[in-house]
Parts: sequence; C-alpha cells; structure tokens
Amino acid sequence: MGLRGDAAIVGMFEYRPERKYGGERVFMLEQWADLAAGALADAGLRSCDVNGLVCANIRESEQFVPSTVAEYLGWRVNFAERVDLGGATPIGMVWRAAAAIELGLCDVVVCAAPSRPTPSLPPNQPRAWSPFGASSNIMGSPQAEFDIPYGNIAQNCGYAMIANRYGAEFGYDPRATAKIAADQRTNACANPDAVFFGQPITIEDVLASKMVADPLHVLEIVMPCAGGAAVVVASKEVARRCRKRPVYVTGFGEHLMHKSPTYSPDLLHTPIGPAAEQAFGMAAIKRSDVDAVQLYDCYTITVLMSIEDSGFCAKGEGMSFVAAHDLTYRGDFPVNTHGGQLGFGQPGLAGGFTQVTEAVRQVRGEAGGHQVPGCEVVYCSGTGGIMSEQTALIVQGG
Amino acid sequence: MPAIEGRPRPAPIATSKPFWDALKEEKVRLQRCGDCEAWVYYPRRRCPSCLSAALEWRQVSGRGRIYSWTIGRQATHPAFGADVPQLLAMVELDEGVRLTTTIVNAEPTDLVVGRLVEPVFEHGEDGMTLLQFQPVAGSG
Repeated sequence: MGLRGDAAIVGMFEYRPERKYGGERVFMLEQWADLAAGALADAGLRSCDVNGLVCANIRESEQFVPSTVAEYLGWRVNFAERVDLGGATPIGMVWRAAAAIELGLCDVVVCAAPSRPTPSLPPNQPRAWSPFGASSNIMGSPQAEFDIPYGNIAQNCGYAMIANRYGAEFGYDPRATAKIAADQRTNACANPDAVFFGQPITIEDVLASKMVADPLHVLEIVMPCAGGAAVVVASKEVARRCRKRPVYVTGFGEHLMHKSPTYSPDLLHTPIGPAAEQAFGMAAIKRSDVDAVQLYDCYTITVLMSIEDSGFCAKGEGMSFVAAHDLTYRGDFPVNTHGGQLGFGQPGLAGGFTQVTEAVRQVRGEAGGHQVPGCEVVYCSGTGGIMSEQTALIVQGG
Repeated sequence: MPAIEGRPRPAPIATSKPFWDALKEEKVRLQRCGDCEAWVYYPRRRCPSCLSAALEWRQVSGRGRIYSWTIGRQATHPAFGADVPQLLAMVELDEGVRLTTTIVNAEPTDLVVGRLVEPVFEHGEDGMTLLQFQPVAGSG
C-alpha cells in the first residue's frame, strides 16, 4: 500500500523566522509568489514546469483558494488541493503532492504556506482571523456551544490537560519535558537562522520560567513568529535534472481523531500512532533506520507523546527515554535539529514546514553547524489543533 | 455569578435545546442511543457510535470525576480575565461521556485526576445556565 518512493522534494525556500517582523507587508498571494519563485529557483525549475499546487488558507479569500493562487501565479495545473489540517498541513501537502505525482497527474507540484504579517486592512473590511484562534465560535459549531462558554479556548489549556492526564496515567517528570526544550535550544544555538540563536537555556531555566497552564511553562510553549516556506515536489525523472540532491518521499501517514480533545476517544494515544505505523510500513524501514527525527513541537508534551506513539520507545516510557538520550544534533537521538518550533520559531501555518525543510537540509548535507553526519533517513511529524490530527512523513536520500 | 458582559455564551440549536432547558431546571439530561445504547455528549442529531437517529433524552445524576484539568494562569480570552486563575477541566460523567467545564468552589490544589465532582448550575443573566462542577465534599 502507498507510495513507491518515486517523488522527491527537489526545491525549497524559507523566509527566515522573525519574532518582530519589520519588513515590507504584502498580501499572502504575493508571499505565495515570492516563496514559489524561491523554491523553483532552488530546484532549478521554471514556473512553466509547474502543473500542480497545494495550498492552505490565505487571508485574501475564504474559498476558491487553489484557483486564486493558480491565476495569480500564472499556472495551469492538473492537480490542486487545499489542505486544512492546522500544524499538520505542510506534511499533508507534501504527501498529497507525492501521491498525485505517483498517480501520474502531474510532475512538478509547489506547496506553500506564507505566514508573514499582511498589510492592515481598512475598518470596513471583514476580519479574516478570529480572536478565538483555532476554535470556531460560529453558531452551530460544537466548540462555540460546549467549549468556548467555559473559557476553554485556544491551545495552551488543551495541551496542558493532555499533559496532566498523561501524568496521572504514566507519571510526569517535569525535568524530562524541560530537557526537550533545553536540548532543542542547544540545536537552535547551532542554527544562526533560529529566533533563539545565541540564547542557550538549561533545564532549570525552563522549570523556573512562568507557568502558563499547569504543567506547561512558557519555555515549553512554541514561539510564534513571522515566516513562511514553500517546497517543490517532483517526479524522479524531473528530479534528475534539478540542481540539488533529491530527497525522496518514501512513506507517509495521516490520522484525525477529534477537534476538541474533550471528545477524543483516547487522550493518551495520539493520532500519530496509526500515521507513523502506516508511514514506516510504506517505507519498509525500521525505527532504528532513522538518522534524525523532526517532530512537531507546539509544546514539549507533543514531542514526548510523538516519540512514544511513533514507536521510538514503549508507551509510557517517553519521560525516561528523553532523560536517557541526547536529543541534540550531535546526540544519539537527534530531535528537531534546527531548534524545532520551540527554538527556531513557529511561523504560523508554516511552523510545520520547518520540520520538513530541516529534513531536506539534513539529507542534502546543507545543515551547516547543526548537521547530523551521514543523515540519510529522516522521520517528520505534523500536529494540528489540540492533538486533533497528525501527519507522518519519511524522507530519504536517493 | 460572574459578570458575563462580552463573554461568549452558548447559542442552543434545536438539537441541543433539551440539554440547555434541563440545566435551567438544575437537571442534567443526556442523549442515549436506542440502538447501540451509547451515551452521547455533546447533543447530536445522530449517535456518533453507530449513526442511529434513535436518540432519547435521559436524566442522569450529573456526577462524575475529573478526567483532566489545568489552571489557566493567563486568560484564555480577554473576556475571561476576571476568572484567572481559570480552573478548567474535562469531567467524565458516570455514564462515561466527557465534557468541557470549569471547577468552582475549589482551590487549585483540589484539581486532581479522578476526583469526584458534582454539578453546579450557573444561571446567567442572559437566561442560559452553564454546567459547572465542584468537588464532592470529603472526596479528596
């Protein structure tokens, strides 16, 4: 079942993450154009080579986003998708592109997530973003009726409740989750592009940082920033004439369980479990074949449960696994070698792209000071909502 | 009763109205599937276990346990600023369904997974009643 592994990521382009964006503000369609041009240049492909696109939401249009993007960029495409999986979106984009290519629908697909601030709109314009974040406060939405009136809004408290339930079941070691943040910060300090470059932290720093929603400290919570990314996925025939080493997509998985974790069938086993199982089966590799993992890290608890449920250690042993392993780029179990979204930054919807672009960089051998030597196989994960939906991706050098 | 000015409040729909109406009378009513016997929360048009439309309303005790909790130490939304620290919880009722709620008449240290809780009906000025919970006395 699944991919043959004949599609590859051949190009990518990323805006450097910035905590305070001071540059020119342009609309998301315009960012789409800049990101696509950058990724195609990296691949050595031309705009007229593109015959597929995968997008997410853009501020300028609530619907018909794929055709709006195609028109703006001057593309005629055989395959166009809009993915709506929150932080799991970028991996969702890449596997859809790879699948469409293997089906023969297209051979060059651009996926992008612009996430820089856009120009401010005059007051008579509709507000595109809701103050309820990922929660829907529209009448008829279950969240609007049963969650939001209690103040259960946005992400922090949901993840905190997942962490507390995990702790009640398996035990909670605050030093272990803090170590995830500290080790990833070490990686960020080896990556000049990271927003926290030059600012190392210790486990004690994390534990001493402000409590936001028990048991989550502020240093265990992702750092929002401006940014954006695009990747080009192409057939192996196209990949052969591209500038950079192709990074093949050999396995993927996707699993959705709930919108609000209150109604999850199981809060302790996250959706990455079945997604990872499918991805490893498809790629026909073992967990021990993986050279680095890039795990969606909105919170430290997400990383911990993703390590467990992806099968890198037994269920319930994540805390001791993290304590026993060096998660840095020079360690025995490298995690989020770019610093992760905790250390590199979370550029909005493109946050999940940082896990993918870092995997590409590692396999290409372009990771500079945070390169994992001989990195050929990388496992990535994406997470949307409140552990609502997760995606898994395996990429390998050819 | 906390001020509700500017605060998002539930807007019942036809399917959920019996649930909210029961809360006004300080009763907890849940849907139960006449086909597969699953308890259902939140109220739905069809059973999420089997998609049967044979859902019936049953009154239940409203007692349950804290399934998980957190303490929001910064407001989750500006309208809840006066409630900080927010004692947020998922409560699992005796029937096995889970709901999102807040714990009242409690200290942060009362929030423990497994703690027995009972309903508290918060009647708002807007005529809506929220289903909150408090620890059952002596159940530490």
